[in-house]
Amino acid sequence: MRLPRRQHSVLPGFGLTLGFAVVYLSLVALIPMCALFLRARGLGWAGFWSTVTEPRVLAACRLSFGAAFIGATLNAVFGFIVAWTLVRYRFFGRRFIDALIDLPFALPTAVSGIALTTIYAPNGWIGRALVPLGIKAVFTPLGVVIALTFIGLPFVVRTLQPALEDLEADVEEAAASLGASRPQTFRRVIFPAIVPSLLTGFALAFARALGEYGSVVFISGNLPGKTEIAPLLIVTQLEQYDYAGATAIAVLLLVISFAMLLVINALQRWSGRRHLRGM
Amino acid sequence: MSITVENISKSYGAFQALRGVSLDIPDSQITALLGPSGSGKTTLLRIIAGLEKPDEGSGPIRFHHEDVAGRRVQERRVGFVFQHYALFKHMSVFENVAFGLRVRPKHERPANEVIDRKVHDLLKLVQLDGMAHRFPSQLSGGQRQRVALARALAVEPRVLLLDEPFGALDARVRKQLRAWIRRLHDEIAITTIFVTHDQDEALEVADRVVVMNEGRVEQAGAPEEVFHDPATEFVMNFLGHVNVFDGRIEDGKVTFASVQIEHPAALETAAGPARVFIRPHELSLHLLPRSDSLPATVTGIHAAGPAVRLTLAADGEHTFSADISQDVYRALKVSVGAKFWVLPKDLRVFPGSAPDAGRL
Repeated sequence: MRLPRRQHSVLPGFGLTLGFAVVYLSLVALIPMCALFLRARGLGWAGFWSTVTEPRVLAACRLSFGAAFIGATLNAVFGFIVAWTLVRYRFFGRRFIDALIDLPFALPTAVSGIALTTIYAPNGWIGRALVPLGIKAVFTPLGVVIALTFIGLPFVVRTLQPALEDLEADVEEAAASLGASRPQTFRRVIFPAIVPSLLTGFALAFARALGEYGSVVFISGNLPGKTEIAPLLIVTQLEQYDYAGATAIAVLLLVISFAMLLVINALQRWSGRRHLRGM
Repeated sequence: MSITVENISKSYGAFQALRGVSLDIPDSQITALLGPSGSGKTTLLRIIAGLEKPDEGSGPIRFHHEDVAGRRVQERRVGFVFQHYALFKHMSVFENVAFGLRVRPKHERPANEVIDRKVHDLLKLVQLDGMAHRFPSQLSGGQRQRVALARALAVEPRVLLLDEPFGALDARVRKQLRAWIRRLHDEIAITTIFVTHDQDEALEVADRVVVMNEGRVEQAGAPEEVFHDPATEFVMNFLGHVNVFDGRIEDGKVTFASVQIEHPAALETAAGPARVFIRPHELSLHLLPRSDSLPATVTGIHAAGPAVRLTLAADGEHTFSADISQDVYRALKVSVGAKFWVLPKDLRVFPGSAPDAGRL
């Protein structure tokens, strides 16, 4: 089979850049992860299996993935509204709000954790309002969701903003002139155009939430089997010098996250493939 | 479907885009809204479509006697074509055209086979039948604009509104599409309004031209009418190249640049300053003087074209241009520095002194 003719571009060397990319990725990501797998191998298959099927480990993973998924979903919905407002409307204080979005990025996560715990505690500003409703936020899985939603917001907003800016207003007007109602315009015209970016934002927020540790430990209370997240469990194991156990949980987390990110990526390609073809 | 608008105003903050425009658009014709940018032509089109709301106190917008001013764009049944196509990028050409039919309420929505047939008929009409499964990104600019047109026609609009439809295309495609849209209109005869800033485009395609400036209608009429009989200085200036002289009206005669010419307009007007407009093709060159011709020296020649454009100077101060045919150019052996007598075959006089510079 003959290879397609090499395309010449302005910037130098496919070979050079690919080589660099592979070496860089290996150093930064691949080799540490391999080391993780090698370390876990010392446990043996049976040991690995018994570690990861312990009820405490399973509960922690369930909480981590569940809360991260809920947080990312909440962010996908409300982050979309925030991004839409920031892109579509010009109002007083827009730039200020825009800058505020990045705050969860910038704050040390422990600071976010303490701040969230303070206001959601039963005597805090918001927690006080929740008490009469019988809702307890701090030291419950709800607290975990709140923390993970907080740290994931910038990912959704920042990935959606350029996509929404790309969406010309005249496309909506065209839909309206063809008789489409507002919900129809949203469902058939706007939403399909931003789905790829929305999925990217969701994936980023989800991945970030899975790895989050600092802000959660304060608000969750870390009750084993109830509000203990997987990253915390790993740290706990390490503190008890159970390195094999810690790596086993880490491998489990890694495999599941990788699989989920792959699925999201595939979804995103599938939804973006059609109209990006040939562009 | 004739369209009538009365006393339509629109302002954006301090900027007044339309100042009390009233207009009749005749049925089944192509009308061009022609004007420079900022003249309000696109705003007027968008108000007719219902994409923009006129200011409080504006008059009715009638589609064949029915006032649609209170109706939303979805209910007006207009076909709107945007300058930058505004196609749905994630849909195929077929789905783009079918969109208007698919979003109808369930009880009005045609069956799939009907939609299928209709879309293919429309794609045939715009000569894109083989492209049904392509995506907009795979089409050229001219093809995209034709898809946009088919999409607008799919909902069987009462009027077709085109906003600078050829504005984003290159010169050659623009010419082809212009001629094609004229032929298409002769075939389907739907009331059409299109916005343009290109006078050639307006004069060539439209049955009627509405010249707009600063939110007002300067003149509305057949292309020949606005070109040959411009109502205002603005129209005169905007439609093609024109020489302008400052002169005076006195004793029933027009005086400018050392000549005195009798002109009907001068008889009706009191003495005073006047502006004289002469198009380059309305000047002819002669070797011998006449009482109403002015002496001038050739300072520039541009002969690459159907006609030869000469730049001439009279009295050392007035510079103007004249178009002569290639035959006359050769017969007179015109060269730079040669002196001729220039005779205005036709001219237009508007009383008053030079308007402020911002107007033109």
